[in-house]
Amino acid sequence: MTRKQRRLYFVVLGMLALGAAAALVLSAMSDSIVYFYSPTDLQTRHVSAGRRMRIGGLVEKGSVMKAGKTVTFRVTDLTATVPVTYTGILPDLFREGQGVVAEGKLDGNGFFHASEILAKHDEKYMPKEVADALKKSGQWQGGKGGASPPAAQEAPSP
Amino acid sequence: MHRFANPARFLRIANAALPWLAGVCALSIAAGLWFALVDSPPDYQQGDSVRIMYLHVPAAWMGMFCYTAMAAFSAMALIWKHPLADLLARATAPVGAAFTLLCLVTGSLWGKPMWGTWWAWDARLTSMLILFFLYLGYMALSNAFDDPTRGYRAAAILALVGFVNVPVIKFSVDWWNTLHQPASVMRKGGPAIDPSMLLPLMLMALGFQTYYFVVLILRARAEIAGAKIHTIRMAEVHAAGRGE
Repeated sequence: MTRKQRRLYFVVLGMLALGAAAALVLSAMSDSIVYFYSPTDLQTRHVSAGRRMRIGGLVEKGSVMKAGKTVTFRVTDLTATVPVTYTGILPDLFREGQGVVAEGKLDGNGFFHASEILAKHDEKYMPKEVADALKKSGQWQGGKGGASPPAAQEAPSP
Repeated sequence: MHRFANPARFLRIANAALPWLAGVCALSIAAGLWFALVDSPPDYQQGDSVRIMYLHVPAAWMGMFCYTAMAAFSAMALIWKHPLADLLARATAPVGAAFTLLCLVTGSLWGKPMWGTWWAWDARLTSMLILFFLYLGYMALSNAFDDPTRGYRAAAILALVGFVNVPVIKFSVDWWNTLHQPASVMRKGGPAIDPSMLLPLMLMALGFQTYYFVVLILRARAEIAGAKIHTIRMAEVHAAGRGE
């Protein structure tokens, strides 16, 4: 084996070992890498009340109710839902059927008290006319105009 | 591949390609900016903020492309000891760092009106920030030694180790819940971008790509010329020393 070949194998093996190590570390840390939990995660994990965290999903259609500066709505991943209350200014993209991430705490009754609301955007880009035309011809997919977190995509749509 | 490791041959090919690359770069960026800023429709959700995407997305692609190129050049330098590979890897680093910074800044400017925040520690944004730091670390390390070749070796190893981050950036939006949206162009089922918006995006991407090649050639030329001057100076010093 020449020195060049030896260096080549060394680099290739090193990269493979490094890639495997990184994959193991990242998959072990998955729980803390995720930016938000889905409503289903909340149910399956039995998150204790009062712990600060983020939840994300779609704003359920017809669930938004405003009373002054306080807004209540339900976050859904099409499997489970969480009721959320928030007082403050909402981002421009906050809409029913649109993706949302809320940061705050769960209270004892299963209500999520958000201190910050972020709107999530989806991967679709199109002019208004195209969006209108798609809606008109009934080709608009799933009726969710906004982002869908991975949990929502996997869930069978009702 | 080894045929191009000869600096003279590299320079001959690079010099021939340079005017063409520069022409394509100028034309596609000019046309891309025209479509991006003037002749493309506003988005149905984002309105005119969508125009930030025409800078942000190509910059992000180039940030990752440049790092991949840098890691590949570094691997060639470590395995086959081509001095030209070292030189090209070092010439790539600042360009890639600039693209990555542009991506981070434009993303932040888009995030405030759309998400409601300048920054979020989600997997995509964080891994992109790490990419930027890897570039900075690479540049610092390659200049940190009195003996330049030792610095280049250490930096090449850093470039290879840091390459693990590139697939993490690409797939972060698929592996974990992130605030950042999933891929729009390179995804299963084809692009989710309307053709009227895909055109300026692709023109800008072509412009950024050729810009990288133009700058790479210019930087490599300067480095090779610098190395020649260094050799001539050393020879002169040597000759003067013998002359006394």
